Amino acid sequence: MAVRRPYVRPFEPGWWRRNPYFVRYMARELTAPFVGLYALILLSGLVCLALGRAPYEAWVAILRTPASLVLHGVLVAIFAYHSFSWFAIMPKTMPPVSIGGHRIGAAAITLAGLVAAAFCMLAAWFVVQAVA
Amino acid sequence: MPDGRSITLDILRYDGARDAKPRVQAYTIPFTDDMSVLQGVQYVKDNLDGSLAFRWSCRMAICGSCGMMVAGIPRLACRTFLRDFAPGPLAIAPLEHFPIERDLVVDIGGFMDKLGQVKPWIEPRVARALEEGAYRQSPRELERFESFSHCINCLLCYAACPQYGHDPKFLGPAATALLQRYNLDSRDGASQERMEAAHSEEGVWSCTAVGYCSEVCPKAVDPANAVNRTKTESAIDWFARFVRGGE
Amino acid sequence: MSKRSNQPVYWALFGAGGMMSALFGAGLAFMTGIAIPEGIGPGAALSDYDRALAVVHSLPGRLFLFAVVTLFLWHAAHRVHHTLPDFGLRQGTLAWLGCYGVALAGTLVAVLALFVAGF
Repeated sequence: MAVRRPYVRPFEPGWWRRNPYFVRYMARELTAPFVGLYALILLSGLVCLALGRAPYEAWVAILRTPASLVLHGVLVAIFAYHSFSWFAIMPKTMPPVSIGGHRIGAAAITLAGLVAAAFCMLAAWFVVQAVA
Repeated sequence: MPDGRSITLDILRYDGARDAKPRVQAYTIPFTDDMSVLQGVQYVKDNLDGSLAFRWSCRMAICGSCGMMVAGIPRLACRTFLRDFAPGPLAIAPLEHFPIERDLVVDIGGFMDKLGQVKPWIEPRVARALEEGAYRQSPRELERFESFSHCINCLLCYAACPQYGHDPKFLGPAATALLQRYNLDSRDGASQERMEAAHSEEGVWSCTAVGYCSEVCPKAVDPANAVNRTKTESAIDWFARFVRGGE
Repeated sequence: MSKRSNQPVYWALFGAGGMMSALFGAGLAFMTGIAIPEGIGPGAALSDYDRALAVVHSLPGRLFLFAVVTLFLWHAAHRVHHTLPDFGLRQGTLAWLGCYGVALAGTLVAVLALFVAGF
């Protein structure tokens, strides 16, 4: 009787690059450090605001630099991809949803999420416009 | 009838008695439009190299035996067609993330253990004597778990799952789908017990919602849904147990 | 029986942060990154120190900003931590500190800043 010698394949760095599904997965996951970066940018603004007029105005001055504008343009795009990928995976986390006997499909749930996001952002824009 | 066309198959071979590590061996075979990848490897074994080892049985995508990596994607060989890859070379390899036993045969013992962990049988919610006759279950009650009952244990989902690739202790897609198949069955009352298999790091908490498992499943079981719903249940239970009375 | 994981705590924060950033992130980045510097819409008001301070002093403003800063950080920490094995990196103590440690520090700084900003 032959001796068994099962072969365990080693971890391959870059494993995700060979399959478009995994590339999209990694793109989704890699939005995270940028979400964190933006939180730190916002936090720095909060800290400057707490420290007083001059620090806050310095923070706004940095926001006015071309580098900051380009970075934030990129961040807006990354956040948009995060919104899309978040609501795309959301149906997978839910039990089946039916309204009036009709099953609501994954695409409809994703669309509802994106509509909610658009609504939230527009609402926030107009609320801040009114009170600030 | 053979029509003169041929395809090259690059098959990953491994014999633990001879090889230090797996190697690719190329075989060029004649093929027709109706030939599956399974028929392709059967041709190799029957005509070119009788030493090639692979699992198969039903040839019709219901036994779950012939799972393998075809062009880097986990597929059932009997349901994948050579015409889509001609003239090749078509890479054929054993299912990813499992130890290679021999050629295209992988060691699935780890998975078999996991099946036991999820108690895959009905534990009656309410004790029922034989004289009371059959259970009654409405179509709506059946719908709650039906897709999870369609699993043929082909293990394509484990080959698809990068988290299982990182940690083979992960309970994984098929076992969790089976867990939900019973938890969601109206006849069953053992949900809490089954959830014990889910609450640990290797339970459902290794999952990061990649979703590729559901993508490759040949039976539309949607194991990603089973695992992620179980995550929500497990998370709620983590907090609820303090209200219940802890453990 | 295996040890129960404490992942649910991190996962709940990850989920809350993910939802917040999915619902508001793009708009926020536009607001602070483009509207404030260019003076577009409400951005014009917020570039003014007194008006910005007034928003932070309001209870809804304070809560919203706290939620955004902290939940975004906990969301990012969890996702980055879980992506490390995909790059062959170990989830050791250093990794925990680099991910959740930053979120914890950020949370504390946010609490402090909101306190110092006054009421």
